Amino acid sequence: MQALTPAAAAIELRGIDKSFGVVHAVRGVSLRIEPGTITGIVGENGAGKSTLMSILYGLYRANSGEIWVGGRLVEMASPRDAIAHGIGMVHQHFMLIDTFTVLENLVLGAEGGALLAGGLAVARAELARLARDYGLSVDPDARVADLSVGEQQRVEILKVLFRGARILILDEPSAVLTPQETDRLFDILRTLKDRGVTVILITHKLREIMAATDRVYVMRQGQIVAERRTRDTGSEELAELMVGRKVRLDLDKVPVRQGEILLRTEHLSLIDDRGVRLLDDVGIELRAGEIVGIAGVTGNGQSELLQVLSGIRAPSGGRLTVCGHTIDTGHPGDPAQMRELGLAHVPEDRLRQGMVAAFQASETSILGYQNGPPFTRNYLLDGPAVGAHCAELMERFDVRPRSPGLRSSHFSGGNQQKLVLAREIARRPRVLLVGQPTRGVDIGAIEFIHRELVKARDAGCAVLVVSVELDEILSLADRILVMFAGRIVGEVEPGRADERTLGLMMAGAETA
Amino acid sequence: MKAPGRSLAGPLPGWAEVVLLPLVNIALAFIVVGVIVAIIGVDPFHALRLLVTGALGSWESIGYTLYYATNFTFTGLAVAVAFHAGLFNIGGEGQAYLGGLGCGLAILALDRWLPAWLMIPIAIAAAALFGAAWAAVPAWLQAWRGSHIVITTIMFNFVASALMVYLMVNVLIAPGSMTPQSRGFLPSGQLPAIAGLPLNLSLVLALACCAAVWVFLWHTPWGYALRTMGHNPEAAVYAGTNLRRMTMVAMCFSGALAGFVGVNELMGVHHRIVLDFQAGYGFAGIAVALMGRNHPLGVLLAALLFGALQQGGAELAFEIPSITREMVVVIQGLIILFSGALAHLPRPWLQLLFARRAP
Ligand SMILES: Nc1ncnc2c1ncn2[C@@H]1O[C@H](COP(=O)(O)OP(=O)(O)OP(=O)(O)O)[C@@H](O)[C@H]1O
Ligand SMILES: [Mg+2]
Repeated sequence: MQALTPAAAAIELRGIDKSFGVVHAVRGVSLRIEPGTITGIVGENGAGKSTLMSILYGLYRANSGEIWVGGRLVEMASPRDAIAHGIGMVHQHFMLIDTFTVLENLVLGAEGGALLAGGLAVARAELARLARDYGLSVDPDARVADLSVGEQQRVEILKVLFRGARILILDEPSAVLTPQETDRLFDILRTLKDRGVTVILITHKLREIMAATDRVYVMRQGQIVAERRTRDTGSEELAELMVGRKVRLDLDKVPVRQGEILLRTEHLSLIDDRGVRLLDDVGIELRAGEIVGIAGVTGNGQSELLQVLSGIRAPSGGRLTVCGHTIDTGHPGDPAQMRELGLAHVPEDRLRQGMVAAFQASETSILGYQNGPPFTRNYLLDGPAVGAHCAELMERFDVRPRSPGLRSSHFSGGNQQKLVLAREIARRPRVLLVGQPTRGVDIGAIEFIHRELVKARDAGCAVLVVSVELDEILSLADRILVMFAGRIVGEVEPGRADERTLGLMMAGAETA
Repeated sequence: MKAPGRSLAGPLPGWAEVVLLPLVNIALAFIVVGVIVAIIGVDPFHALRLLVTGALGSWESIGYTLYYATNFTFTGLAVAVAFHAGLFNIGGEGQAYLGGLGCGLAILALDRWLPAWLMIPIAIAAAALFGAAWAAVPAWLQAWRGSHIVITTIMFNFVASALMVYLMVNVLIAPGSMTPQSRGFLPSGQLPAIAGLPLNLSLVLALACCAAVWVFLWHTPWGYALRTMGHNPEAAVYAGTNLRRMTMVAMCFSGALAGFVGVNELMGVHHRIVLDFQAGYGFAGIAVALMGRNHPLGVLLAALLFGALQQGGAELAFEIPSITREMVVVIQGLIILFSGALAHLPRPWLQLLFARRAP
C-alpha cells in the first residue's frame, strides 16, 4: 500500500469516526496531508473540525480509524504521544501562565533536569535559534501578562516548536488577533512552511485560506465533502461547498430611520487603578433605529467602552444616559439594572463572560435573565419554561445540536457563540451592544447574524457594534465612529469611507 | 489493522460516575485498612464484622449511627453550599460551636416562659442566626477586604473555641457547678428523642435541610446565581450578580447549616451548653461534601457512611483493645484519602471495563 505513494504523507487519517453519545461528530474521515505544506480545513460550526484535530492531537480517542504519521501507523493515547510524534497544537484559548516569563513558560513541562538554571540556559539558546530560524521574535524575559494577544500566540507557537514539533495544528488562530497581527501570523506560517514544517489551519475566514494554504478540505456534518487545491478554487466556491447553498454577504438595508436618542454619553472617562486613562472624554449618541459601528485597533478602549455602557464597570467621570436613566459616578449602574432598562449586551469574549461552561445550554440561555418571569415564578425557577425557551432559541438561530440539556462546553465554538447571541437578540432589547458579532461563526451564520442585527435596527432598536473586522463595520453600520487611545477621534459615513482613511484614523494619524 | 484504533475509554455512564466509582473507592480504602489491621495482628474479617455489627447490628447501634450522621449531614451541606459558590468554608467547626451557643442562649433565656412548640423553632432559628453570623465575618472580610476565606474561617475556629471557653467558665457556668457547663434546659427546650438514644428530631431537620439545599441550588434564581459565581465569577458579574452580596449570602447559608450541629447536640442530647460538643464534625464535613460530590443526596449518603464508621469504630475500639480510637481515625482518614484525593484512581479501569462491554 505504501509502495504506491511516492513519499510518505506527513499525516494520513483513515476512516476516523467519533461519537459523543448520540452526536456523531466525525464520520469516517480520511485525509492526507503532504509534508511541508499548509493545509486548510473549513466547515460549518459543529462540522467536526476541532474534534478531528483533537483526535489527531490525542485529546480525544476515535471510536475507530487509523492515524498514520510519516508513513507509520501510530496510537494517539494522549497529547504526549502526539508530541512524541512531532505534532503540536496551538489552542484557541492559550495555555500560558500569565505570571511566568516567556522562557519559564517555554520550559514548563520540559524543564530538563532537577536544576532549573541549566534547563533555562539551554532553553534560552534554543529560543534564540528558533527566533532566528523562523523569524519568531519574542523577548524571553517578558512576563506573559504584559504581552499582546498576538505575541502570546507566538509564544504558544514557540512552545510547540521547542518541543520539536514538525507538524503544527492551529485551531482558529486569527479569531483573537487584530488584522495586523493576523498578517504577522501568516508571515510566520509561510516561513515555517519554507523550513519544512507542516501546518494544518482551521479558520472561518476564507480569505486566509486563499492567501495561505496549498490545499483545503471542506467538512460538513462530520464528513469531508470536498478537497481542492487552493489555486483551483475560490472563496465563493468554498462558501457554497461549506454551507450547501449560495451565501450572500452583501446586505440590502432600507435607509436608516433614526428615532429618539436611547443612549448618550457625555465626557465619559475611565481610569484604572494604575492611573491609565482607558476612556477619555467619550461622547456618543445612539438613536433608535440605527446601527453605529465602532472601528479601531484592538486595545484602544473599545472593550472598556462596552463594559462601562453595559454597567459592568463604573465610569470614573462623565455621564451615561440609557433610555432616560442617568448613570454617573454618584449613581453607578449595574448590569442587572441596565437589563431592566432594556439594554442587552453580547460580550466580546462570550465564552468567558457570556456563558458558564459547566451549565447546561438551557441554563446558559437565561444567564442574566434568571430573575423574574417568565423563568422564575413564585421564587422558583421554572425548569420546563427554561428548556422550552432554549429550544426556541436553538431553533431560531440554528444552534446545533438542538439539545438544551447538553453541557454548554460540549457545543462547538461557533454554536456557543450563536447561543449567546440568540439569548440577547431574542429579548427584543431597546439598546443592543454587540462585541465582535461574528467572531468564530461560520460564513452562513455571519450572513444570518448580520440580517438579524439589521432586523433589530429596523424594528427600532439602537445597535452599537464593536468589531475588529473592518468589512463587517463597513457593511453593517449606518455611522462609523473611530476610536484611538480611548477617544472617539472621528465619525465617518460608511458610504464615503474608504479603508485607507479609516486605517489612518485608527492609527491616530488623522481626525475627521 | 484495528489494533491501535481499538475502541476505548469513553466517559463513564452517569450512574457509574455517581454510584460505582465512590463504592469502588470505599472498597479500596477498606482493603488498605484490612492490610493495616492484619499487620497489627487482628483478623481483618473479624474486625470488619465487628465494625458492621457495631454500626448496624441492633436498633441501638443504628440509632447512634443516625445520630452521628445527622451532624455530618449538617456540616457536609455547609461545605457543599459554600463550595458551589466557589468558596472553601473551613470554619464549620466554629460555626457549629456558635450555633450551639445561639440555641443555648435562647433556651436559657426563654425556656421558663415558652411552651415547646414555640421554644424549639426559636432556638433553631437562633442556632442558624449565630452560625450565619460567625460565617458572615470572614465572608465580609473576603468580600470587602480581600482576606482569603480559607485563612479567616480557620482562624475563626480558634476564636470560637476561646470565646466558648471564656463564656462557659466565667459567664454561663451553672451556679455551684464544678464543670464548665450551663444549667440544664427545661423540657420545653429539649427536642423529642427516642428513649435511651441520642437520636432525636434533628434528623428530620437534617433531611429537610438536604431538600432545602437541593431546591435552593437548582430551582431558585439565587441558587442559579450562586452557582454561576462558583463556576465563573466573570459571567456572574456580566449577569448582574453582586459578587460581594452573593459571597455573604452563600457563607451565611453555609454557616447556618453548620450551626444546626448545636441543635442536635445541645437541644437533642446534652440538654445544656457544654464545651467541645462540635469537636471534629466541622472538619469531617469537608470530607463528607467531597465524597458526596457536593450534592445533597450524596452528602446524605456520605454522612451515613461516616456516621456508621464513627459508631462502628467506637464499638471496634471497645471490643479489640489493640485497635485504639486513633486507629478508627486512621480508617476515616483512609476513606477520605481514597474518596477524595485519589477519587479518580480507579476511573481508567472502570472505563476500560465499560468500553469492553460496549459494542
Ligand atoms: N465533549 C463533547 N461532548 C459532546 N458533544 C461534543 C463534544 N465535543 C464536541 N461535541 C459535538 O461534536 C460536534 C462537532 O464539534 P466541533 O467542536 O468539532 O465542531 P467545529 O467544526 O470545530 O465547529 P466550530 O467551527 O463551531 O468550532 C458538535 O455537534 C459538538 O456539539
Ligand atoms: Mg471548533
